[in-house]
Amino acid sequence: MENLDQLRDDLLGAVAAAEDLTGLDTVRVSALGRKGRITELMKGLGKLDPDARRTAGQDLNQVKTAVADAIEARKQALEDIALEAQLAGDAIDVSLPIRPEEQGLLHPVSQTIDEAIAILGEMGFAVAEGPEIEDDFHNFTALNIPPEHPARQMHDTFYLPEAEDGSRKVLRTHTSPVQIRTMESTEPPIRIIAPGRAYRCDSDMTHTPMFHQVEALAIDKETHFGHLKGCLMDFCSAYFEVDDLPLRFRPSYFPFTEPSAEVDIQCSREGGTLKIGKGDDWLEIGGCGMVHPNVMTACNIDPEEYQGFAFGLGIERMAMLKYGIPDLRTFFESDLRWLKHYGFLPLEVPTLIRGLVP
Amino acid sequence: MKFTLSWLKDHLDTDASLDEIGERLTMLGLEVEGIEDSAAAFAPFHAAKVIEAKPHPDADRLQVCMVDTGTETVQVVCGAPNARTGMTGVFAPSGTHVPGTGIDLKKTKIRGVESNGMLLSERELGLSDDHEGIIELPDDTPVGKSYVDIAGLDDPVIELAITPNRGDCLGVHGVARDLAAAGLGTLKPFDATPVPGSFDSPIQWRRDLPDDAQDACPMVVGRAFRGVKNGPSPQWLQDRLKAIGLRPISALVDITNYVTFDLGRPLHVFDMAKIDGDLTMRFARNGEKVEALDGETYTLDDGMTVIADANQVQGIGGVMGGAVSGCSEETTDVFLEVALFDPIRTAMTGRKLDIQSDARFRFERSVDPQSAEWGAEVAARLILDLCGGEVSRPTVAGSMPAWRRRASLRLARLESFGGVSVPEGDVVSILDRLGFAPTAADGVLAVAVPSWRPDVEGEHCLVEEVLRVHGYDDIPAVSMRHAGALPQPALDSGQRRVALTKRVLAGRGMMEAVSWSFMGREEAELFSDVPDSLALANPISADLDVMRPSILANLLTAAARNADRGYPDVALFEVGPSWRDDTPDGQDLIAAGLRQGNCGARHWNQAARDVDAYDAKADAQAVLGVAGAPVDKLQVTTDAPGYYHPGRSGVLQLGPNVLAYFGELHPAVLRRLGSGAATVGFEVFLDHVPTSKAKAGRTRPALNASPFQPVARDFAFVVDTDVAADAVVRAAQGADKGLISRVGVFDLFEGASLGDGRKSIAISVTLQPTERTLTDADIEAVSAKIVANVEKRTGGTLRG
Repeated sequence: MENLDQLRDDLLGAVAAAEDLTGLDTVRVSALGRKGRITELMKGLGKLDPDARRTAGQDLNQVKTAVADAIEARKQALEDIALEAQLAGDAIDVSLPIRPEEQGLLHPVSQTIDEAIAILGEMGFAVAEGPEIEDDFHNFTALNIPPEHPARQMHDTFYLPEAEDGSRKVLRTHTSPVQIRTMESTEPPIRIIAPGRAYRCDSDMTHTPMFHQVEALAIDKETHFGHLKGCLMDFCSAYFEVDDLPLRFRPSYFPFTEPSAEVDIQCSREGGTLKIGKGDDWLEIGGCGMVHPNVMTACNIDPEEYQGFAFGLGIERMAMLKYGIPDLRTFFESDLRWLKHYGFLPLEVPTLIRGLVP
Repeated sequence: MKFTLSWLKDHLDTDASLDEIGERLTMLGLEVEGIEDSAAAFAPFHAAKVIEAKPHPDADRLQVCMVDTGTETVQVVCGAPNARTGMTGVFAPSGTHVPGTGIDLKKTKIRGVESNGMLLSERELGLSDDHEGIIELPDDTPVGKSYVDIAGLDDPVIELAITPNRGDCLGVHGVARDLAAAGLGTLKPFDATPVPGSFDSPIQWRRDLPDDAQDACPMVVGRAFRGVKNGPSPQWLQDRLKAIGLRPISALVDITNYVTFDLGRPLHVFDMAKIDGDLTMRFARNGEKVEALDGETYTLDDGMTVIADANQVQGIGGVMGGAVSGCSEETTDVFLEVALFDPIRTAMTGRKLDIQSDARFRFERSVDPQSAEWGAEVAARLILDLCGGEVSRPTVAGSMPAWRRRASLRLARLESFGGVSVPEGDVVSILDRLGFAPTAADGVLAVAVPSWRPDVEGEHCLVEEVLRVHGYDDIPAVSMRHAGALPQPALDSGQRRVALTKRVLAGRGMMEAVSWSFMGREEAELFSDVPDSLALANPISADLDVMRPSILANLLTAAARNADRGYPDVALFEVGPSWRDDTPDGQDLIAAGLRQGNCGARHWNQAARDVDAYDAKADAQAVLGVAGAPVDKLQVTTDAPGYYHPGRSGVLQLGPNVLAYFGELHPAVLRRLGSGAATVGFEVFLDHVPTSKAKAGRTRPALNASPFQPVARDFAFVVDTDVAADAVVRAAQGADKGLISRVGVFDLFEGASLGDGRKSIAISVTLQPTERTLTDADIEAVSAKIVANVEKRTGGTLRG
């Protein structure tokens, strides 16, 4: 019987010395193959008497197991090395840029309108719309602005050509005609907001011939001037994200409301930066008032039975104040650099619960 | 409306500070536009004497003056022709700010001669345009005396923006009345006691107005003055007029301007020597001309009220007097006009003639009808006081229009409508001080609306009067609550669709634009004929003169602007209106988008690709998908409008209902709108997308996921080139609707091997069994049906 210890040491040494999987397989064949050294010894066991065979068999099996285990372990190790080498060759430059993906953004006008809807919607207002080419009745007369009323001159109206019957359509000078169309078609109680385009024949640093307003109208049997104040105060605090933002209601005149007021929010201009919130200055943001009885009557609503308020705010101005956009005219230039700078992610829909702005 | 603090105090007895007055005016609805306290700006300027003036050694027009400022003697180089030895002027030392020119004075050298400060002209002080020479003060003016004291400038100027309903506050007296009502002092009455006349006026007023237009000038009062002296008006009057930006002219003219601002009562004075016969209020004859006081000649029409003598028009009623009969320094005999003019006609006349005047401004906002009478007395007293002479008895034509009206206010309405409860005593007191003479009974106040408040119509106006004087600040704010426990949706399904459309397009990498609703006709006509009814009568500019027939036009010009700035790859969209006609139905709601240049930037791993029609089609389909259109069922036709490329554009429609256009834009249109790069666009007609029927609920049908594996089979068909791929897909789908779950086009090949006019379309068909696993025989059978159906419907053959 060969010296098993010697055999084991030889084989384990050969396993350890195998440098690759091929070499290892050669070792495996030489030890455990059909004519391998251990296999040959196994074959020789049959010649021994049973007692010697059992002892020798046990010894030999121990060697066989040890060698087989060593081969398996070495194989695993060599495979790991081979994989590592392959992966090292597969390396890429992960600093290279990704394939182009463009992120589109929403215009600040859309964002601001959505924010206004989110806030006023919580107060029970629903969105209403109307045509932007309006007739004289809905834009003026029904709003208690009869022909030749001096207030018509405040409006810098865009006119369309005179029709055969002498009537003249206009580009709506405000979103207020939507109030009229709503009251004509809806029984109170009414709570609507009408965001949309409006037009004035005016163009300079602070005026563009087209702009956006959001109009609100509330008509029922109880709504009074205090509700108007509360509604606007709550709205402005929520929109500007300033708790208890101070508001000032200045008596003013609009033909379609009485009492009427202009609305200012408090701000400070310390160090040349405008900051909305407690301060020593005021900024006008819109007009409001109790709906004039003549307006209700024009819409066949009895002003003795119903009452309510209306207000209108300038969307661009609201956006400029909140987001620090300095120039009104840039809103309509479709400059990609501007849109990218001031635009809003489309996936974040403003709500009061989740927050108005990301 | 401008006035000075001392002027206000002529009408208001008050201790209130300027700040208090300003604050209260604004909170009364008389918005303070500005308070100009020139005392501060003029504080550095003092009287100074020119001790010696001698010619500048190196400049003909300059003089070198030694000036005694009261504290020192300084050398000043002066260019004024009237600078001379011994005169007294207004001196501004170095280091001060000259308000009229905005210059900060520094010690300097002028043509080599040192100059310390400046002798000022009226223009440099910002007092007038006079720059003929420096101001000359009386010789006895003490040197060193403050110019603020000398010129009486210690009187802040208050400027108000008066709303159109408050004609009564276009006079200082009316402003004072509001302040008194608000508790800021006591209103002082003005003196309107009759001035007795000593002779009959040689000129009589007549009215010659049609029966249906008696209100054009319901009443006019006149008085004649003999032997007046029309020199400069007194200093106090000149100062006040100058303070509010009016140029003093002569005592008579200054008086009319003064009363206009003092009491809101416009007046006119005629030089009697220039008037032939009586004066008549009548309508102008068409084409009649008049030279007005502004020196312009105006052509009148028969809707305009004029004042005419026997020969000619002498004034435009309520707007401006005529030049011929204007008063001058030589005037000795004067005729005063105190008239009432209809606000609407006055406004129309002023607008037609494009004349802005202080008279027109007041008449079109309505003037107190009683002022026809008291105005004549106030003016007569001032003329006699300042110009001497004697006055005639009044001549009157017409009569005072009825102005007396009653109104009432239920006290409870202050709370139920105005939101604040005001004690009865306070309400009575406010309305009383405003001139409404209220009487209270059973919680109702009966009032007599004063003649100067034609804007007060009824109870809502009285509520406003009480609230604004009581203070809007005192109205408690009440939060609005929605009706139920939780708010209802604010958007209907159509509005949500618009919101979603914007978000989907932005999600597809496009920037949202908001562009003008109008554009230039020439560009618009590239897209569609624009009816005349959509052309603006008064466009802001010629390139914005019609309502846009398509949003794409604006997006194209925007893309060109961006390309010019160096950003040639553009993806823009806009959701907004475009117009077919001027009716409410002629306004369409469109989602339009434009892609230009490359699809994304050049990339190391991916070849840059020009945008193509399929990008636009994808955008359009994405919009239609979220808008709720059955995208799978849409037909694609090739009859898009002419501004699209005729062979690379399409229409997505549902039966006859056109939902969208898409494709490359026509190269001719691109050339006209300044773009050369590849450009594709789409327009989705959101209004045309059918709204899904109100669903019974949100419940979805049970998921029917088959347990059997789907199988895919590929086919290639050779068809004529003009066969649409869509026809092949539909034919394949139609072969076994129950089994075929998807058909996709995965290859398109055109080559000589197929023969002229032929192409190969390869499709992948997915079969989804629901009852059992498909056998080879099943697949063979359905494949045969697919081949047969495609061959039958498209004339194609299976590619071998």
